[in-house]
Parts: sequence; structure tokens; C-alpha cells
Amino acid sequence: MTGRRFPLLRQLAASPTAAVAALLLALLVAAALLAPWLARNNPYDLASLDLLDSHLPPAFLKDGDPRFWLGTDSQGADVLALILYGLRVSLMVGLLAVTISACLGTIAGLVSGYLGGWLDTIVMRVADIQFTFPAMLLALLIGGVTRALLPNELRASLALPIVIVALGISHWPHFARLVRGAVLVEKQKDYVAAARLAGHGRIVTMASQILPNVLNPIFVLATLDIAFAIMSEATLSFLGFGVPPTQPSLGTLIKTGYGYLFSGEWWVVLFPGLTLVVLLVCVNLVGDRVRDWLDPKLRS
Amino acid sequence: MIAFLLNRILHAALVMFVISVLAFVLGDVIGDPVASILGLEAAPADRAALRLRLHLDEPVLVRYGYYVGRFLHGDLGSSYGFQRPIVDLLAERIPATMELALAALALSLAVGVPLGVLAAAHRRSRIMGALMSFSVIGVSLPSFLVGILLIVVFSLWLGWLPSFGRGETVKIGFWTTGYLTASGLKSLVMPALSLAIGQIALVARLSRAEMLGVLQTDYIKFARARGLSDRAVNFSHALRNTLIPIITVSGIQLGYLVAFAIVVEQVFQWPGMGLLFLQALAQTDLPLISAFLLVAGLFFVTINLIVDLLYAAADPRLRIKTLAGRG
Repeated sequence: MTGRRFPLLRQLAASPTAAVAALLLALLVAAALLAPWLARNNPYDLASLDLLDSHLPPAFLKDGDPRFWLGTDSQGADVLALILYGLRVSLMVGLLAVTISACLGTIAGLVSGYLGGWLDTIVMRVADIQFTFPAMLLALLIGGVTRALLPNELRASLALPIVIVALGISHWPHFARLVRGAVLVEKQKDYVAAARLAGHGRIVTMASQILPNVLNPIFVLATLDIAFAIMSEATLSFLGFGVPPTQPSLGTLIKTGYGYLFSGEWWVVLFPGLTLVVLLVCVNLVGDRVRDWLDPKLRS
Repeated sequence: MIAFLLNRILHAALVMFVISVLAFVLGDVIGDPVASILGLEAAPADRAALRLRLHLDEPVLVRYGYYVGRFLHGDLGSSYGFQRPIVDLLAERIPATMELALAALALSLAVGVPLGVLAAAHRRSRIMGALMSFSVIGVSLPSFLVGILLIVVFSLWLGWLPSFGRGETVKIGFWTTGYLTASGLKSLVMPALSLAIGQIALVARLSRAEMLGVLQTDYIKFARARGLSDRAVNFSHALRNTLIPIITVSGIQLGYLVAFAIVVEQVFQWPGMGLLFLQALAQTDLPLISAFLLVAGLFFVTINLIVDLLYAAADPRLRIKTLAGRG
């Protein structure tokens, strides 16, 4: 695996913008992973917060407190700590959602491309129907309606899995179409016939012979999709149908911060917003490079 | 061509069927239409009478038939939350959303197309290269953040533009428009801009890519050889042939703009469909959610159908392909 990373590094080094983006992205991911050690306090632990610290502006301003670099919110939580923990949630939701859509879409695409017949017709029709709606609206519909149908006491505890699954479901057709197309090409090749002649069943051939050969495009789409998933999660959370304020993501922080904007506390919304934009730009830039590396044909 | 047409229309009908079944299950099977009309404190006798009148005790299939029949007659039931017929609510809200989406579409085409054409015409220029790499930022900016940023600058700091609402509107028939008053136009600027930013970047990228393809063709070389000016070649000869894909994409775009209008409406408290839908979700207003599903489904199915047909009309190869497929 290490041998295969070098071309990617060379790709990144070829463009200074992408190199900076990759570095920043690595920093953000590291900050998110190390949040419990980097953050001043745990914003989920209400006992560690002091209301006397609330509504403080960033440390570089006149009334700022040197303990809180980016200021505090109405609960007295350190905005920097909130961002670090929020980054964790945003990244986790994004990665899990993409994993779900990649798995669903790959299975659907393999089955429909390789087995064909009525299964193919059904899978592709369902995908077509889903394509009618923009993915973000679909995620909002799935997430919002599921939440609406749940009893009140379950809503908060199930909110996170609901967002992840809603985002995952909203994007599987993209993977299904891609994989199906690749499988249709692969299944004509001799190695597939050889595997069948060697006595492998259809399912085994599909999983052990065809799947490894269609992994590259799946990986490319997954990288590009992470930005979509993170952005959609932030949007859903901003609308109030995503990650709840008890365990806020960047989008949730922006939503709660937006409420304080008109009383002049701009730092509660600005810094999480800035982090989100930097994260998305970096993911997009690195994603473009990964695509160029794995799939030169797709280069625009 | 006719086979292609039939295929698309059948597909649209299938999609509408699936959506209507989902909406029916949501509004009529899970939700309780009696409670939505009479309220929760109605007398049992009234409820029974209404159940009879609405055919609620009949088999599900028959009820689905009545549901579709009511929809075709323009009766979408009543909302729990607002205690009003849903059709009236939608009629009030649809103009606001459509005006917002159309303004954003116009903005994204008016800025994005010339930007893409210039970027393609001057593809070796450093400034254009830098501008195009900035488009990745445009694509990465969530529309709600753009909205918040605009509010901070133009409402809180400068105080030039209102931070919420639609301003004054004028009623023309059933359509309320904000395009005709000064305050309506002022209120439109920031929501339309935040909705359009990501699309401007997309349109610019697309028209640049299309232009680059067209600029390679022979007729452009001939036009240059005839001594026509750069401007005439770029904007009248080349642009004309890049417009077809751009038009089809803007159809799909209108769909996205209407979907993302939900977000922008939340930021600016714009009284459109999106805000209504969010309220419905927050209040578990099942009849309203199910009606929204139907109306949004109809809207997107229609847009997709029109785009498919436009595409077929614009691209003769598609016609030949379907002819070959038939024979």
C-alpha cells in the first residue's frame, strides 16, 4: 500500500494549491481526532462549563479573555473547543454517510450489472426515481419525515443515525450507476469467463473477481462525495433536522450561533462557518487530485 | 423520436405513481385526516360522519383512488398546524419561491456564462486561471453561510439591505410579486445572491468546458481566417453552439435552486414553500408534508421531462439512436 501512495504525493506536489489543501486537511483531521486532548474543556460536559465565562469575545479583542482564543458562547463553552468537537462530528457523519452510499450503491450496481434481468430493471428504475429529486432535498425528506414519525423521546437519541442513513440513502444511485457501467464492461472480459469455467459460482465471481476491478472508480466517487456529504449534513443541521445541539456538528454550531448574530456576538457563528468552508475547499481540492491520480480519463 | 417520447412520459408517470403512493401512505394511512379537519377535540359522532364522508372505512386501494381523485380536483386536504386548506397555503407561498429561484437562475446565467466564455477565450491568461481556481471556493460555499455573511455585511454593518422577509408585494391575479416594488427588489438581492453563488461557479465551469470544445472546431478556425474579430468569433459564433447544453443544464438547475431555496428561505425568513415545509416538518403536519411531497414531485418530474425533451430536440444524435433502437 505504501508503494501506491507515492504517486498521490507526487500528484499533490505538482500543484502547490493542492499541496497546501492536503496539508490543511491533514491538520483539520488531526485536530478533530485529538479534540479531547487539544480542547480546553469538554463542551458536552455541562459541569465543566462556567456561566460566568459566557458571552466572552475572542481573546484578541478588547474584552477578550486569554483563556478563550475564539471567545465563548451563551453557555460559557469555549468556541474553539466546540469547533474541534464539531469537526469530529462533521467528519464522522460525512465519512459514514459516504460509506453507506458506497456500499449500497456498489452492491446494487454489481447485482444489476452482473446478474441483469428483472433485478437490473428494478434497481435502475428505483435509481431513476431517486434521481428525479435533488439529493439534498431527498435527505431532508427522509430525515425530516423519519424524525417527525418518531416519538418525541427518541428523536434526540436517534438524530445522529437518522442523518447518516438519510444522507447515505440519498446518494447511493450515483454509485450504483457508476458500478453498473463498469461491471458491464468487465463482465465481457476473459478473466470472468475463466473464473466461471474454474467452477466459481456467480456470487463468488462477482465478489472475488469483478469487485476488485471496479474499486478505483468507486474510490474516486467516494472521495468527491465526502464534500457533498459534509455540506449536506451542515445544511440539514442548520435547518434543524440534522445533528442535535447536545452533540453539535459545525452546521449545528452555525445554526445556534446564527441566533446570537443579531445581538452582536458574531464569533459564535463566524469561526465554525470559516472552519466549515476551509474544510470543504480542502476536501474538494484534494478530491480533484485523487480523481486525476486514479482516473486520468475523468480529468476535465 | 416517438419511442423516446413515450419512454420518457411513461417514466414520468411511473415516478408520479410512486410519489403519490408514498404521499398517500404518509397523509392518509399514517396521518389522521379526521383530526386534521375537525381538530383533536371533536365529538365521536362528528368524527364518524366525517369518516364516512371521506370514505375512510373502505379498503386501502379504494381510498388511494379517492386520494388521487381529490388531488386531480385540486383538493389537498387541510393542514393541522395552520387549520387551513393546503391549496390556499401553497398558492400563497409558491410565487415567493418561484420568484426567488428565477432571480437566482437569471443571476447565475448572467454572470456565469460570460465568465466561462472569457475564461475559455483567454485560457492562457493568468488572471482567468486564478479566477477559475476560485470557482472551487464558490462550489464549496454552503448557501446558508453566504446568506449569513451577506446579512452581517449589508444588514448589520452597512444597513443597506433588509435581513429578512420579502418587502412589499403587489398582487396580480393570484400571483403576488415582489419584482415591482423598491422594497421587494431590495429584499430579493441577498437571498438571490446566496442561492446563486454556487450555481455561478458551476455555470462558469460548464460554459468554459463547452467553449473550449467548440473553439477547437473547424468552423471557428474558418471564422478567424475570414478575419472576424475575437469578440465576434467568441460571442456570436462559438457561444451560440455552447448555449444548448447550458440551456438544458439550467433546467436541472432550476430544480436545484427550488430545492436549495428551502435553506435560503430559512436564513432570510423568506415566506415561500421551503419555510412552509420546514414548519410542517417541525410540527409533524402530516397532510402538509404529504401535499408538499406531491407538489414537489410533480414539479421535479415536469422539469426532468422538459429537459429530456429539450435535449432530444437539440441533439439529433439522440433521435437517430432511438430510431436505430426501434429498427
